[in-house]
Amino acid sequence: MTPLLTVEHLTMRFGGLVAVDDVSFTAEQSQITSIIGPNGAGKTTMFNCLTGFYQPTTGQLTLAGERGDFLLERLDGHRIVRDAGVARTFQNIRLFTGMSVLENLMVAQHTEQMKASGWSIKGLLGLPSYRRAEEEAVHLARSWLDRINLTEKADWPAGALAYGDQRRLEIARAMCTKPVLLCLDEPAAGLNHTESHELNDLLRWIKEIHGIGILLIEHDMSVVMGISDKIVVLDYGKKIAEGTPAEIRDDPRVIKAYLGEPEEEDLPDIVAEDLDLDPGAR
Amino acid sequence: MTGLLAGLDGNRLLRHVLGAVLITFLMTSLIVGLELVATQTGLSLRPRYHIVLYCVVVVALGSTAVFALAERSWRLPMLVGVVIAALLLVPLLTGNLASDLAFLLPFPVAPLNWLALLLPAFILIRAAQLAYASARPPAAAARRREMTRTGKLVSLGLGLLLILVAFAFPISPWGSRQLVDILTIVLIYIMLGWGLNIVVGLAGLLDLGYVAFYAVGAYSYALLSEYFGWSFWVCLPLAGLFAASFGIVLGFPVLRLRGDYLAIVTLGFGEIIRVVLINWYEFTGGPDGIGGIPRPSFFGLPFQANPPRDGGETFASFFGLSFDPYHRIAFLYYLILVLALFTNWFTIRIRKLPIGRAWEALREDEIACRALGLNPTNVKLAAFGIGAMFAGFAGSFFAARQGFISPESFVFIESAVILAIVVLGGLGSQLGIVFSAAILIGLPEFFRELEDYRMLAFGLVMVLIMIWKPTGLVSHRDPTIRLHPRGDGR
Amino acid sequence: MEYFLQQLVNGVTLGAVYGLIAIGYSMVYGIIGMINFAHGDIFMIGAFHALIVFLILGAVGISWLPLALLIVLIVGILLTSLYGWSVERIAYRPLRSSPRLAPLISAIGASIFLQNYVQLAQGARPKPLAQMVSGGITLVQSDAGFAARVSYIQIVIVLLTLALMAVFTWLIKGTALGRAQRACEQDRKMAALLGVDVDRTISLTFVIGASLAAVAGLMFTLYYGVIDFFIGFVAGIKAFTAAVLGGIGSLPGAMLGGLLIGLIEAFWSGYFSVEYKDVASFGVLVLVLIFRPTGLLGRPEIEKV
Repeated sequence: MTPLLTVEHLTMRFGGLVAVDDVSFTAEQSQITSIIGPNGAGKTTMFNCLTGFYQPTTGQLTLAGERGDFLLERLDGHRIVRDAGVARTFQNIRLFTGMSVLENLMVAQHTEQMKASGWSIKGLLGLPSYRRAEEEAVHLARSWLDRINLTEKADWPAGALAYGDQRRLEIARAMCTKPVLLCLDEPAAGLNHTESHELNDLLRWIKEIHGIGILLIEHDMSVVMGISDKIVVLDYGKKIAEGTPAEIRDDPRVIKAYLGEPEEEDLPDIVAEDLDLDPGAR
Repeated sequence: MTGLLAGLDGNRLLRHVLGAVLITFLMTSLIVGLELVATQTGLSLRPRYHIVLYCVVVVALGSTAVFALAERSWRLPMLVGVVIAALLLVPLLTGNLASDLAFLLPFPVAPLNWLALLLPAFILIRAAQLAYASARPPAAAARRREMTRTGKLVSLGLGLLLILVAFAFPISPWGSRQLVDILTIVLIYIMLGWGLNIVVGLAGLLDLGYVAFYAVGAYSYALLSEYFGWSFWVCLPLAGLFAASFGIVLGFPVLRLRGDYLAIVTLGFGEIIRVVLINWYEFTGGPDGIGGIPRPSFFGLPFQANPPRDGGETFASFFGLSFDPYHRIAFLYYLILVLALFTNWFTIRIRKLPIGRAWEALREDEIACRALGLNPTNVKLAAFGIGAMFAGFAGSFFAARQGFISPESFVFIESAVILAIVVLGGLGSQLGIVFSAAILIGLPEFFRELEDYRMLAFGLVMVLIMIWKPTGLVSHRDPTIRLHPRGDGR
Repeated sequence: MEYFLQQLVNGVTLGAVYGLIAIGYSMVYGIIGMINFAHGDIFMIGAFHALIVFLILGAVGISWLPLALLIVLIVGILLTSLYGWSVERIAYRPLRSSPRLAPLISAIGASIFLQNYVQLAQGARPKPLAQMVSGGITLVQSDAGFAARVSYIQIVIVLLTLALMAVFTWLIKGTALGRAQRACEQDRKMAALLGVDVDRTISLTFVIGASLAAVAGLMFTLYYGVIDFFIGFVAGIKAFTAAVLGGIGSLPGAMLGGLLIGLIEAFWSGYFSVEYKDVASFGVLVLVLIFRPTGLLGRPEIEKV
């Protein structure tokens, strides 16, 4: 079976700086693939290449999902979401803060809604076919709100939500675009212990129920180690390791990347704790 | 008295006020203090320092008020005193009251002059208050700003009442020719404001060349009727279509630009259209404009005293009325009223459709929109084109009403006025636009003497309102769709 | 050939004026990221100051030109920069952390206010100034009798611009103020944390911009001999175009852009049509923004996601 996402020889240069250097890996359907690495390792840059915000210098990004095969590097940013079905969230949350929670989820269904409203003509006339489509969209939004416990606050401005709620809402909003691949950029940043456990459950649930692939950038090792099926480690733009959480945990190259040269014999155990970085430190 | 002055740092106040006074004096010393007078041999200068003195006094009082509020320790009672002192001191210091005040305060009656003094004072105070408040960390990061159910009902009721009154007005005993004329002009601006609101208020695109589309609409009708003899009713949709196409053709390359670049390009485009209208003499009549534009008819019945030469009936003869020019004025009034209400209906409706939500989302965060699969260029183009279309409708009505158009009517300042109406009304608020159009357009129409000072006040008010309320006068926002009924505590 | 040379000379002179105004736009944009819409009107006020001071000097009998120019320059710069300072203080500073649209609208308001303020104070009629400097140098003369000339005023304008550019470059590159300014451009919060007085730096930026605009106003008055309250609008847009063309935020770019716009305007007027010269400038603006939004010397902006 071909993998959902195949990244081949991805390189991204900014002038003389090579932010991502010849990285190749794959991500599978119904799996959580985590990308970790120290700050400045090129994780977010890689995400931006994947989701069309940057045009990669070289490399091929192939997505083979339910909607067909796409070469992502050749699509415009919005078409990567609309046609290929790659959704993403942002490191610093990007909700429409002045709009209500429900509206945020409705905007995510824009493409379908636009067609249903006959490019606004049916909508202006208030035809029943559009009304039905709108009800369906609300229904989908509602089911997500129920899942992330925000039904009560559906009519609040998104900016008035607590931080953890905003994180979950952003994930729900990305899911409302009905993606085949969900890219999450540090979803656990700034969450407390309970909240990041809830997040783990949510991500596992999305993976199992919706059967889509999840690509995850994360610093919180309790999240990464707890839910990843596969981990890719980047350092200075290069891939230095790839494998299951257990393999990564013991990989000396990874330890070196995070902590420098090992000096003591029993480092791996300490690493496992120390890697659980304090999110506030970033 | 000591209670009022408690906590006042006299030295700092003095420094603050003296600084303001000195700067004002220097700034006004040449531009205001010396009048350039044309004489036979060239220009000569005539001193006018009493007006400089007046400016200095006003600034001194204003800066005292600002200081008082910024200090917080020294409050309202003192402010009232300051304002009253302002009213007393100005005539005292400048002596010859009537003529000197006329420079800044042109109103024919004393109470209006007083109001003109009080209003800026009030706005200044509020501005200072806000400047002070913004220096502190906000207490609650994002409060829910939403109308209550009663608030919604009140504004709905007010809107309906206004519409009823607007329809009843020309046939009521108060409907005079002059009043209906003024209201027609106000309605044109309301319609333009509602149209621009789609672009600026909903989609957040700052368009400084809106008047260009108004011009396209006006010239479309004028030229189509001149060259092809088409009637108003055929030309009206065409004018809208032309204006919209202009909007899309212009918008396509420039809408990718960042907000302030867009503002400048639209401004440049507005000027280009005007320059072309002036210089393309053979086609547009150049600076002379186009005259003799036919007036719209009532479903084919013209408004004129005598029946048309080719037979047929006039409005008056058809309905068995005696001819009265008031019929036509009232008809034009109803026409623009219907057009404006259509614009309003359209805006309210489209805001709740996917495209309307996309506009607002785009205004908030374009990057997030792209990440949700929206094509920002298309969404913006839709806003730009639709906004332009309404300007085109309004333009063809304008041409039909005036019977004469020239490039003079489509200068940048018109764009600025329309923008001011939208911004002062509170970006996105339909009712707010009605009020600000009534104030900005209606009042000066009544008080012709204000004409010269109107733009000065415009500029000042634009600055002050922005400082006071950067989001506009009426800035609450209602969600376009709700999960729970309003006001059930959630 | 002679005709071409003449347009070149005219274009360079015009370009010097636009360039000086453009620097003001560029600097302000660099430091607070907004278009100072009122800047064109500051230039207009500078022109009025120059005119009035010339008339005062004429009345008190100072007629030695270098001295007169110096006095006009100093007084004009002092008074005009106060306008720049006040506009920033009143209309922009309270809005520094507001939504993007607010300061821009406030700036438009300030522009309308200044225009109408001058119109009310001095009337709408154009104000002529008797020619202060006459004569010039004939560069070449064709057989048909057409001569390409450089007038003394044009020489004064270009020399003054060069001198100002030198001073200005030193100011930005070599002084603490320039350093503070560049720091604020990069990161205002960090600069404040490191002890840079951000408010003061921004104020000074406006003062410098207004000073240059005052000089441009003086040149305009000398060169054209007629001013009115509306000159700031068109000159402002063109100078802004120049700033964008050169790469907004880049100061050599602003000067280069000014020069190019001046040349485009001169040659367009000379070879095509005077009526459409404004259209040509705006057309260039649109083309630049579409094909090279960062301008000629601007740095590309990397979108932070």
